[in-house]
Amino acid sequence: MREELLAIVEKNSRIDLKELAVILGVEEIDVVNELAALESEGIICGYHTMIDWEKTSIEKVSALIEVRVTPQRGQGFDNIAERIYKYPEVTSVYLISGGYDLLVTLEGKSLKEISGFVSDKLSTLDSVLSTATHFILKKYKDHGTILTKKYEDTREKVTP
Amino acid sequence: MRNLLSDKIVALKPSGIRKFFDIVSEMDDAISLGVGEPDFDTPWHIRDEGIYSLEKGRTFYTSNAGLKELREEICNYLKRKQGLTYDPAKEVLITVGGSEAIDIGLRAVLNPGDEVLIPQPSFVSYEPCAIMAGGVPVIIELKAENEFRLTAQELENAITDKTKVLVLPFPNNPTGAIMEQKDLEAIAEVIKRHDILVMSDEIYAELTYKEKHVSIAEIEGMQERTILINGFSKAYAMTGWRLGYACGPKEIMQQMVKIHQFAIMCAPTTSQYAAVEALRNGDGDVQEMRTAYNQRRRYLMDAFRRMDLECFEPFGAFYVFPCIKEFGMTSEQFAERFLAEEKVAVVPGTAFGDCGEGYLRISYAYSLDNLKLAIGKLADFVGKLRAEQGKAP
Repeated sequence: MREELLAIVEKNSRIDLKELAVILGVEEIDVVNELAALESEGIICGYHTMIDWEKTSIEKVSALIEVRVTPQRGQGFDNIAERIYKYPEVTSVYLISGGYDLLVTLEGKSLKEISGFVSDKLSTLDSVLSTATHFILKKYKDHGTILTKKYEDTREKVTP
Repeated sequence: MRNLLSDKIVALKPSGIRKFFDIVSEMDDAISLGVGEPDFDTPWHIRDEGIYSLEKGRTFYTSNAGLKELREEICNYLKRKQGLTYDPAKEVLITVGGSEAIDIGLRAVLNPGDEVLIPQPSFVSYEPCAIMAGGVPVIIELKAENEFRLTAQELENAITDKTKVLVLPFPNNPTGAIMEQKDLEAIAEVIKRHDILVMSDEIYAELTYKEKHVSIAEIEGMQERTILINGFSKAYAMTGWRLGYACGPKEIMQQMVKIHQFAIMCAPTTSQYAAVEALRNGDGDVQEMRTAYNQRRRYLMDAFRRMDLECFEPFGAFYVFPCIKEFGMTSEQFAERFLAEEKVAVVPGTAFGDCGEGYLRISYAYSLDNLKLAIGKLADFVGKLRAEQGKAP
């Protein structure tokens, strides 16, 4: 049940527990226990809400930043990653294979705020060798959800 | 003026679904639970392969029997899923949907007056196809108390010395019934003893929610007397691509290829290329869709229990077949009133044979949100009918 449960709540974390039990074909108490277990094991790390900020009047700018760093003896990349992810405006930090080391995503109120962060805070870190900042212009799909189009049922209404 | 029409065709009853379709399509705001096809889009990698084949200019006929690559993949698939061995060169034919396979399969084996056993409720085209092929349809009325499975006794009772073919439509549209290994073994004995052929329509084979589907061709001594029909519509959500296939003994397939060659030429080329991709890399998609259908199926069964509406638990396809006999209306009356008063379309069981009287086909090829909305209306309607009849809620 674990895999199926995770697949459902990954798409819809607000689903009613009773309904979850029905569609999984188990008792409600089992769902409650399994969710508690998944939370305490750190497998379920949070229940966030996907917001398309574009459709609000609130100004937001996001950027992807490629960061090349010098790994530190005994620490690898962990130490520098931590120094970066502690900034609240940083939304994610990934260690990446290939041409650069860390992929940092950032959310700010304006271009100026983001470029300020990169030039004042990120590039000045000792082990950072270089950065390349890419501003996101439009989000078509995020977290598996298409943002630009709504599902439309175009089937004939009654078929054999 | 002289009679311009074929008497045989004029005498065919139009599909019972058509009439209902006409009413529903005039109502813009109706919610439908009447659809017999998946709500999922064809998985993108499969569509992409179709597009790619067009870009490369694969726009010509294929061989009559279909792309060799595809026939080989079908054989691999049947080996992998069902443990069945077919020769891609002589025992597989790619058709325009499972529907064409039903039509030409019957035409290939029937002589005038041969009887075709058709268990009902079932898909709408077996009976007219049998008639058009010169056969005589003999209906076997399946029963709710057997969970709409075909029993050896029912089969035995319907067989005469004119019986040629048994159509075996499982997993079943509209009831959702399946036939398990033991059920198939029981009827296989009768089939062999009376030396009849089976046309096994397994288009919903991938959509079972108990054990994995068993084909009658897997039963000892049955493969040589079975035309197995399957296709891409339901498993891979590819209804519009119109692609199916038939596998069977080469003597029968040879004749089917002949009809197909003269009537159709070959199945759509784009669809055949896309289908190769479906069989090679589509198992995960099928699994994902099956899981979603099963969740909806459980949701519906629970909802029926809560509104105390009688319904046997179906383990196949994407239909449930609740009983509405307690309301003292025909299926058609119920469906028409439900549509008029609650704006929800369901299909009367009688569209799939007279013995569907007293039942409705409800499709769960809809999102859970959509089902919730429609089932809420069904609960209201059922409550209203019970109140009218003076029953306690």
